[in-house]
Amino acid sequence: MRVSFKVNGENVTADDVWPGESLLYVLRERLGLPGSKNACEQGECGSCTVYFDGVTACSCMIAAGQAEGREVRTVEGLARKEGVGGDRALSDVQEAFVEAGAVQCGFCTPGLLVQTDDLLENTVGAGKGAPADAEIREALAGNLCRCTGYEKIIDAVHLAAGRRAEAGSGS
Amino acid sequence: MEFLRPSTLVEALEARSAHPDGVPIMGGTDVMVELNFDKRRPSALIDLTRVPELTEWGADGDHTRLGAGVPYTTIIEHLAGSAPALAKASRSVASPQIRNRGTVGGNLGGASPAGESHPPLLATDAEIELASVRGTRRVRARDFYLSLRTTALREDELITAILLPEPTGPQQFAKIGTRNAMVIAVTSFSLALDTRNRKVGTGVGSAGPTPLRAEAAEEFLEAEFDWEDGRPLAEPVVRRFGDLVAAAARPIDDQRGSAEYRKHALSVMARRALSWSVTDYRKGSARCA
Repeated sequence: MRVSFKVNGENVTADDVWPGESLLYVLRERLGLPGSKNACEQGECGSCTVYFDGVTACSCMIAAGQAEGREVRTVEGLARKEGVGGDRALSDVQEAFVEAGAVQCGFCTPGLLVQTDDLLENTVGAGKGAPADAEIREALAGNLCRCTGYEKIIDAVHLAAGRRAEAGSGS
Repeated sequence: MEFLRPSTLVEALEARSAHPDGVPIMGGTDVMVELNFDKRRPSALIDLTRVPELTEWGADGDHTRLGAGVPYTTIIEHLAGSAPALAKASRSVASPQIRNRGTVGGNLGGASPAGESHPPLLATDAEIELASVRGTRRVRARDFYLSLRTTALREDELITAILLPEPTGPQQFAKIGTRNAMVIAVTSFSLALDTRNRKVGTGVGSAGPTPLRAEAAEEFLEAEFDWEDGRPLAEPVVRRFGDLVAAAARPIDDQRGSAEYRKHALSVMARRALSWSVTDYRKGSARCA
């Protein structure tokens, strides 16, 4: 079957889609967007997290056909485009993960970036201030990392939250 | 495999009727696991995410009508007052990503004895609305679970809504797992006090082939509870209530816990839920006075 939807602001169409396959498979294998990672395929690890119509979801648990006409934003869509055809600049969350050393093997990173972006949208972005440790741990509870022990990841979230709050108050 | 996309309830019911071996899919948090792991190859997937009736919720007489496709996140954000036990249980489901997609309708359709929704639906005497091209009927949650993963749902029916009675007293939910998130319950318990009718409701999860009630414990507490003032109960009464809840369970040993541990955990959760309820009841009476 054919599935058409919007990914990172662009209209896309995937053909020859098997009705039982996941949105994750469509993104990675049919649309050339391998940023979302395939690890557990059962919603346990969060490494395939994407925005689906504005809320975060595990793309491995969305049937391809359910994406028809919907809006998807993947980790590839977090970076900002600098001008027409220009290079992409890392987002504040991506910068913070690099600086804080929150990336080791990197497999969980795409999911954590999307889920962190969502947390900051719903806290700093909604005028509620930066999230505390407990709120961060709750928001990221569905994203497993087997390398870092999470401490650096939480440092990165604090760093990004502080910067986003600053940028917000400055504008 | 066909992929069906009904956009109205009538279309969905017709699709269900025409494809009795098809599988309805909403949030996909159970169905997609089975597809991803090659455990199931249905002839059709019936995507219910475009049926508006299923994602609506609101007051319906003295009930709250919850569309079967409302995600847990919405229940947590909007129904904490009108369905406290279900909202508490919803908070304990998996992770934010899963709560954004998973639904009570899906929980009922899968009917895993570990599903978080079941104990609150049993304790609060909720009703489940089932629809087919033949018509619509309501089944009490207390009559819905028949045997392991088998329910009163017929093969041409869809779960369309859950009718949640207006709360008339404290409602609690407790769950035991190895961590705070992303766990299937080792066992879970819900307690609801109906102060208007002086009735006690219980629900026990993950401790039998189906979600179940502890009816002897309910009757015992109805007789012992101080419905006038909600005075704290004597220690032996609290202990007896916990023992009766544990006695109602029919658990097995499995990878998540032993039968013996589950019974012990249930007695502890029942005692805690009761003491939280007494505290809530007294706070509620204080406000009324």
